[in-house]
Amino acid sequence: MAGTGGGSNDVQWCFSQVKGAIDDDVAEADIISTVEFNHSGELLATGDKGGRVVIFQQEIENKSQPQSRSEYNVYSTFQSHEPEFDYLKSLEIEEKINKIRWLPQKNAAQFLLSTNDKTIKLWKISERDKRLEGYNLKEEDGRCIDPNTVTALRVPVFRPMDLMVEASPRRVFANAHTYHINSISINSDHETYLSADDLRINLWHQEITDRSFNIVDIKPVNMEELTEVITAAEFHPNQCNTFVYSSSKGSIRLCDMRASALCDKHSKLFEEPEDPSNRSFFSEIISSISDVKFSHNGRYMMTRDYLSVKIWDLNMETRPVETFQVHEYLRSKLCSLYENDCIFDKFECCWNGNDSVVMTGSYNNFFRMFDRGQRRDVTLEASRESSKPRQVLKPRKVCAGGKRKKDEISVDSLDFNKKILHTAWHPQDNIIAVATTNNLYIFQDKVN
Amino acid sequence: MSEEIEGTKTTEETVVNDQNEMDDKVTSPEKVEEAKLKARYPNLGHKPGGSDLLRKRLTKGQKYFDSGDYNMAKAKVKNKQLPAATSEKSGGGEITGDHIPTPQDLPQRKPSLVASKLAG
Repeated sequence: MAGTGGGSNDVQWCFSQVKGAIDDDVAEADIISTVEFNHSGELLATGDKGGRVVIFQQEIENKSQPQSRSEYNVYSTFQSHEPEFDYLKSLEIEEKINKIRWLPQKNAAQFLLSTNDKTIKLWKISERDKRLEGYNLKEEDGRCIDPNTVTALRVPVFRPMDLMVEASPRRVFANAHTYHINSISINSDHETYLSADDLRINLWHQEITDRSFNIVDIKPVNMEELTEVITAAEFHPNQCNTFVYSSSKGSIRLCDMRASALCDKHSKLFEEPEDPSNRSFFSEIISSISDVKFSHNGRYMMTRDYLSVKIWDLNMETRPVETFQVHEYLRSKLCSLYENDCIFDKFECCWNGNDSVVMTGSYNNFFRMFDRGQRRDVTLEASRESSKPRQVLKPRKVCAGGKRKKDEISVDSLDFNKKILHTAWHPQDNIIAVATTNNLYIFQDKVN
Repeated sequence: MSEEIEGTKTTEETVVNDQNEMDDKVTSPEKVEEAKLKARYPNLGHKPGGSDLLRKRLTKGQKYFDSGDYNMAKAKVKNKQLPAATSEKSGGGEITGDHIPTPQDLPQRKPSLVASKLAG
């Protein structure tokens, strides 16, 4: 796989760290639901089904050396969302964190948006490493001093203290979504962001919580006529007027906010024509797009459907420029995957820093990387068995049928409960975070 | 893909739904899987990605008492069919109509008081 240096050396992925409990009995709250690096890659956030956020901070062994090993250690953890019950609609609102998005850093503090099905929250994460000592009216332990006993005044001074990282909710953006929020995306204008649910997309200002603008509404007048829902949405990385949203029917619409206030009419429609003779009961379900991500350079976008990853050139709507099969061997297992609901699993995908490699997850704790330039792909596994320090990951192979070679695994032996839905790639370096059900694996490029 | 006319050809898994189909089913794994599914669930609707499935998705989380459901359930002759497939697919969802829940019936939803094991 091409590295970020643009060299032709293959990347050798090595185990770096694993976070989370080893026991097989997974509490539902511990299921990881989102993973996201911040813009510098120094911070890595995870959200889980229990509404908790854990942030890890990178500590580099030797800062002067460009290819030093680094480690991610816990920086902050907090309860972002709590379970709620909407009595009016008799609706249970899960605390599961659907998405986390980091704001670009503007000052010493870090800000992120986290969302569950209904409410988005802006969290401020700040460090405190000094405290004031020498108050006139307060003792060190907090007791009040009687002003009448004070004979001289002193100026309080800052003294160093052990680093404390505090997370506080600064804004709560609530009551804007009737349906379940699937995406949030921060605009390159550094002022606004969008939130998307199954049928609507809203535009918010980061500072204003009591109103938002609806920019896309695909709810039909008659709900009986509902044929598709919004599955994901994202702002363009540098054009602040442009965003895309994907649908359950496999299409992506690009909208330009300059065209009109309500962007129901798309500027571009990306759809790959389907061969009608190939259509089956499963066609629409497996064409549903579970994730859409712009490339860092803003020229391409990537979509993930059940069996493949597609790269689209924003200038060509008729078909993707590249299609990668993630686990084509599952096409002959669709009946069982429908019965056990796995066919509805929503896999995410991500780009590496220079847009040359893309990554997505699969079953059996496998994840796949596709090198666009070198037209090569690899299957790797996140497992405790391959978790010795700096152990190089061995490529895996699934045997679709016929004679199984040694070291291959047959399709019927795959564990469909071990799904990798969420992966993230460091914005510059070859460091990846891969979430299994309840563990977070960090892998790095092999360092001499 | 072969275009043989299938008039008299039979296979073990032939399901009589798509008699008009000219394509050779054996060459398309998806169609084989579709046939298997239809054999197991003959009542499955013909609009898989359509209204029913999507509306189930939109009403995820709907719980407990609905007075409309309750009254309909009382008026209807009890004719309970177990849903053939699990939650996301069947047209019905949680059974909301059969009784009025009391506070004791409702499981308490408490926020996670335990710290995440990732931070451990």
